[in-house]
Amino acid sequence: MSTLTELLELSLDEKTIIAEYIWIGGSGTDLRSKARTLPGPVTDPKKLPKWNYDGSSTGQAPGEDSEVILYPQAIFKDPFRRGHNILVICDAYTPQGVPIPTNKRAAAAEIFSKKEVSEEETWFGLEQEYTLLQKDVKWPLGWPVGGYPGPQGPYYCGTGADKAWGRDIVNAHYKASLYAGIQISGINGEVMPGQWEFQVGPAVGISAADQLWAARYILERITEIAGVVLSLDPKPIEGDWNGAGCHTNYSTKSMREEGGFEIIKKAINKLGLRHKEHIASYGEGNERRLTGRHETADMNSFSWGVANRGASIRVGRDTEREGKGYFEDRRPASNMDPYIVTSMIANTTILWKPEG
Amino acid sequence: MSSLDELLNLSLEDKHIIAEYIWIGGSGTDLRSKARTLPGPVTDPKQLPKWNYDGSSTGQAPGEDSEVILYPQAIFKDPFRRGHNILVICDAYTPQGVPIPTNKRAAAAKIFAQKEVAEEETWYGLEQEYTLLQKDVKWPVGWPVGGFPGPQGPYYCGTGADKAWGRDIVNAHYKACLYAGIQISGINGEVMPGQWEFQVGPALGISAADQLWAARYILERITEIAGVVLSLDPKPIEGDWNGAGCHTNYSTKSMREEGGFEVIKKAIEKLGLRHKEHIASYGEGNERRLTGRHETADMNTFSWGVANRGASIRVGRDTEREGKGYFEDRRPASNMDPYIVTSLIAYTTILWKP
Repeated sequence: MSTLTELLELSLDEKTIIAEYIWIGGSGTDLRSKARTLPGPVTDPKKLPKWNYDGSSTGQAPGEDSEVILYPQAIFKDPFRRGHNILVICDAYTPQGVPIPTNKRAAAAEIFSKKEVSEEETWFGLEQEYTLLQKDVKWPLGWPVGGYPGPQGPYYCGTGADKAWGRDIVNAHYKASLYAGIQISGINGEVMPGQWEFQVGPAVGISAADQLWAARYILERITEIAGVVLSLDPKPIEGDWNGAGCHTNYSTKSMREEGGFEIIKKAINKLGLRHKEHIASYGEGNERRLTGRHETADMNSFSWGVANRGASIRVGRDTEREGKGYFEDRRPASNMDPYIVTSMIANTTILWKPEG
Repeated sequence: MSSLDELLNLSLEDKHIIAEYIWIGGSGTDLRSKARTLPGPVTDPKQLPKWNYDGSSTGQAPGEDSEVILYPQAIFKDPFRRGHNILVICDAYTPQGVPIPTNKRAAAAKIFAQKEVAEEETWYGLEQEYTLLQKDVKWPVGWPVGGFPGPQGPYYCGTGADKAWGRDIVNAHYKACLYAGIQISGINGEVMPGQWEFQVGPALGISAADQLWAARYILERITEIAGVVLSLDPKPIEGDWNGAGCHTNYSTKSMREEGGFEVIKKAIEKLGLRHKEHIASYGEGNERRLTGRHETADMNTFSWGVANRGASIRVGRDTEREGKGYFEDRRPASNMDPYIVTSLIAYTTILWKP
């Protein structure tokens, strides 16, 4: 009998492609996608047609006026269909052209297109942590059902069937994302067993967030293939177990040049003055994670330090030594929206002026 | 020892092809097929020989006079045998040349051959929804046996092992149909988990229905490979779960030109005057689906609206804005016969006069 695999690997004719349009659903973190056949190949998102979807099925529109319009914003190669087929990161608008409330990309794009921001060439490195869960019991992969593994210690970057659970998913995701054109800079096993991390970047401006959403989509498709469930919850297991964050590394042109360390300190100072505003936008449920324990800083205090993983913001020893570089905002949760976080950091450090 | 795969993948000599003749059985929705060896390659259905089958085994003829004749009507490339091998969509006639009662293609072909209809270049986009069922328990794929998944919400266009069940079948079908020469315009996961949709079109006249039947055949062959069961039932699970439809998008030349929106409104009005006749031909069991809930309009009322998924007929915002385009008849059930539905819409909107 023909196998499904042979059929899945059929090639299309040279002038036809399948484009998977991807958007963020009503919760702000659920990803949705559907595919269409188009003439191709296509490499410029401006050449892709707009599309629409049933917003009443994703909590984003009422049934009697259900059309939500998709604007293609970024193209990546499709690692599942391969050939010239593509993944398309989109954002969502009303038929009148107004970004719908869950569309955080539109406002971010405005910030990144401001002259002072684009001149500063804002670079972002996003460290996405995530937990793999068993499909039927929502308990982490590898954990005994009805019990717990041994305490944290051996798992961070560990190897072995008693320490590393889910590596195939992580490695498949690494290559699939590189194939897609996403700048994955690395991966590692995390402190809590069943938890992993990949890093995207350094990428400029809004591209970092587009790439992170594409990487999240590819990860969820891979977990679907593997029969496990992806969780971006910032504190999936209560107790003496690490949470999951999305540390955001950041630099501007000025920070990367001579004297940059002073610019960094000024920027951190401004972030400190807007700690409450940032924290409110750094992911739902973050209060369960930012306790001051498990390599986090307490949610209600702002601090920074060199090489300090217990601070809100960490500056690397390299940066201190060379007098220039970047810093790491450790506050964002794993379920943060990178459009919000990256544009907010750019806004606060470059555009915002403290009163008085 | 040779593996089955090696044998399945043997190529034939260039002079022979295998043609899989496909027809619709006695229920009006069951598909049947058998294969024969022919000289080839062949690309024109008129060059294929007629054939026959045992109608007494499909509820289409009595045992003592069982031959039903197959007339080849459309050729598609065979994605399973590949090479020059083909799938052939046929319709069924008595030995005297009369279409048998379950042959709805013959009457549809007559309507599409009428001058006024052919001149209007009727385009159809058919959105086929379907449900995948586990083989031994007839419960949807991915659903816990003896229980239900979490309520609808996360599944429409969703990803993840807890939200999307059966994607390999859907994606294999997408490519297999494109390979076959069927104009699949897209796919998506549906609101009820284990339910999916593909779209055929826009295709002209009777070709839309030929292509949809071929796509249904390929889909059922793929579910056979995957060990799951295809259901075209319009309401497979009672309760707070969406049904399955086959929304039919339609336009004529006049609707696609300047001033088309007025032509569309007149056409919708005529459809409204024949609501009962259409509904009676839009699929068995549709009354279980068209309740007025779950993105359907109540079966006994006719309504239309722009971007309104709760109406019988929906006009897209694009069409409203540009003053021309197409409209979507949301009434047909997933098990509708596209020969009937496409020709009936053409008849009512172009030929019929109130």
